[in-house]
Amino acid sequence: MTTDLLVQDRPAAVRRLLARPELGALIAAVAVFLVFAAVAEPFLRVSSLGTVLYAASTIGIMAVPVSLLMIGGEFDLSAGVLVTTAALTSSMVSYQFTAVTWVGVVVSLAVTLAVGWFNGWMLGRTRLPSFIVTLGTFLMLTGANLGVTKLVSGTVSTKPISDMEGFASCRWLFASEVTVGGLTIKATVWWWLGLLAVGTWVLLRTRFGNWIFAVGGDAAAARAVGVPVARTKTVLYLGVGFGAWVLGQHLLFSFDTVQSGEGVGNELIYIVAAVIGGCLITGGYGSVAGSALGALIFGMASKGIVYAQWNPDWFKFFLGAMLLLAALLNAFVKRRAERGPR
Amino acid sequence: MSSTRFRPSRRLRPVAAALALMVAVAGCSSTGGRRAEEARAQAAAAGGSAVTTPRWKVAMVTHAGPGDAFWDSVRKGAEQAAAKDNITFLYSNDAQTQNQVQLVQAAIDQKVDGLLVTLAKGDAMADVLGKAKAAGIPVITINSGQEYSRKFGALTHIGQDETAAGQAAGAELAARGRRNVLCVIHEQGNVGQEQRCSGAQAGSGLAGGAFQVLYVDGVNMPDARAAVLAKLQADPAIDTVLTLSGPMAATGLQAVQDSHRGIELDTFDLGPQVVAGLKSGGVGFAVDQQPYLQGYEGVDLLWLHRSNLDMLGGGKPVATGPQILTKDNADALAEYVARGTR
Repeated sequence: MTTDLLVQDRPAAVRRLLARPELGALIAAVAVFLVFAAVAEPFLRVSSLGTVLYAASTIGIMAVPVSLLMIGGEFDLSAGVLVTTAALTSSMVSYQFTAVTWVGVVVSLAVTLAVGWFNGWMLGRTRLPSFIVTLGTFLMLTGANLGVTKLVSGTVSTKPISDMEGFASCRWLFASEVTVGGLTIKATVWWWLGLLAVGTWVLLRTRFGNWIFAVGGDAAAARAVGVPVARTKTVLYLGVGFGAWVLGQHLLFSFDTVQSGEGVGNELIYIVAAVIGGCLITGGYGSVAGSALGALIFGMASKGIVYAQWNPDWFKFFLGAMLLLAALLNAFVKRRAERGPR
Repeated sequence: MSSTRFRPSRRLRPVAAALALMVAVAGCSSTGGRRAEEARAQAAAAGGSAVTTPRWKVAMVTHAGPGDAFWDSVRKGAEQAAAKDNITFLYSNDAQTQNQVQLVQAAIDQKVDGLLVTLAKGDAMADVLGKAKAAGIPVITINSGQEYSRKFGALTHIGQDETAAGQAAGAELAARGRRNVLCVIHEQGNVGQEQRCSGAQAGSGLAGGAFQVLYVDGVNMPDARAAVLAKLQADPAIDTVLTLSGPMAATGLQAVQDSHRGIELDTFDLGPQVVAGLKSGGVGFAVDQQPYLQGYEGVDLLWLHRSNLDMLGGGKPVATGPQILTKDNADALAEYVARGTR
């Protein structure tokens, strides 16, 4: 363990490492990996690693903008169904207008950004808590997903669009896969890494990143020193819209049809990934890289339970216990790191 | 045991021991009870299978939500067949498309010898089933998605054609002289449920006005009960309520009782309340698709295919329903429903 590192006179570099918000998540991720490596023989196969990475990426893509939003001090409960909205919009626009699938993809981006903007605008205008605002958006989107799909397609899932022009190139961009020596890497993994790099750079290396920390830490103080609070938060919601668009296109182009009732509940998983990664639920503290570790823990746990052949009835229980343990470990490491002279 | 002490001579000891044993045994039932259950479980655990084939591994991945009585029956059937056929049976389920696809992938990663999949999400499963084919894993689809089964390269499909089941229910409604039917759909957007209701209308020959569809929220029973009751109060012409699942039938029965009119309730699928209702006359008939059979035959047909290259029906869909159950079957059914296999 790290106890030998946590002595009083540790060098500055080590101290900086220990003060990082994602250290706890890193230790938790290693622990979860070791647990499943020990109990589940198929878990260590190369093909399984591809499956785990894929599962992690489908959470991680959304965990990046959601963690940024949480560092900015806000929630987005509509993030889960917004992914489904993105996929449905893209599919139905392409099909109904018999357009090249890229048209649907572009319209879908406009729609998700509009929803993100609406969330941010409502928040700024009404001063209601984001929990309430996005809860309203969540319910409206859930209904709209079903209602509009039924109205347009006549059923509750969209019609297949795989025979349409542009599908192949869209599929290449959002849902292709590369197999190297038995390891299958899906396109979502590249998107995830890309978003991770951009998100981390924005947060740590730009003025906007400072604004995010400022509005999440103390909005009133940030406003006093001239940070555009409302605009910063709106941009963060636009980020969530962008993430939902990417993941929604992936679902559409890898599965060809979309069920209108899906996505409910996933918003909590994104929040959990961000929290395990070191984001505080109150804002002002956290990391984007940590959210990736949170997503990885979730991916490893959800698939590891299957590889370990544990009784699926207990699946959610194990998952919950594992998430609590990871969060506790996180808090413990953070406390140890903050102790001693700074 | 008696506490009186007696010291038998050495020669009598074996006789005394035998007597003591007989006394101990005499107090116990030699049939049934928990001991028999444990003995059966031990026999199954000790490889008490009826066959001498090697220990194969079969995975079942369904679209079931957690804690569903119907899917519990499917699972019980599959486990029973697995015990008999010396098969390691792995079960996993998730209601969300992408998670179900990932679970199928995880089963492929584990190099199973056979795969049972539900195709409620149709086209979304095409890719991952292609991977199963590439890995040389035989697939049988069960319960839903009959129209996709052959297309995705499955050996066969085991289940009930929902339109045919609806028509059988409709014919039974007509034979009973029902004039005005309310069909209750509890999962908005479930294509199979739409097919049941439209099939029932076609089979009954009732005009649109005399056959109405009501959408209720199947995960919120109090709300569903109130919705059915409100409809019954609003429309005095209704003389029959047709529900689409065992739990919904129980809820429908409560609403019918609340309405204090002589309304008959008929249903698809079974449950303890349905059987009790068949007995007492509150339920007219039930259309069953025999979930236990879907799981049992799924595993068994994979075993037959693997051990003897057999395929029941030559690969044509194997029907497990519709089976119309009435008062005549209620007594026999009660016991099986109670143990969760019907």
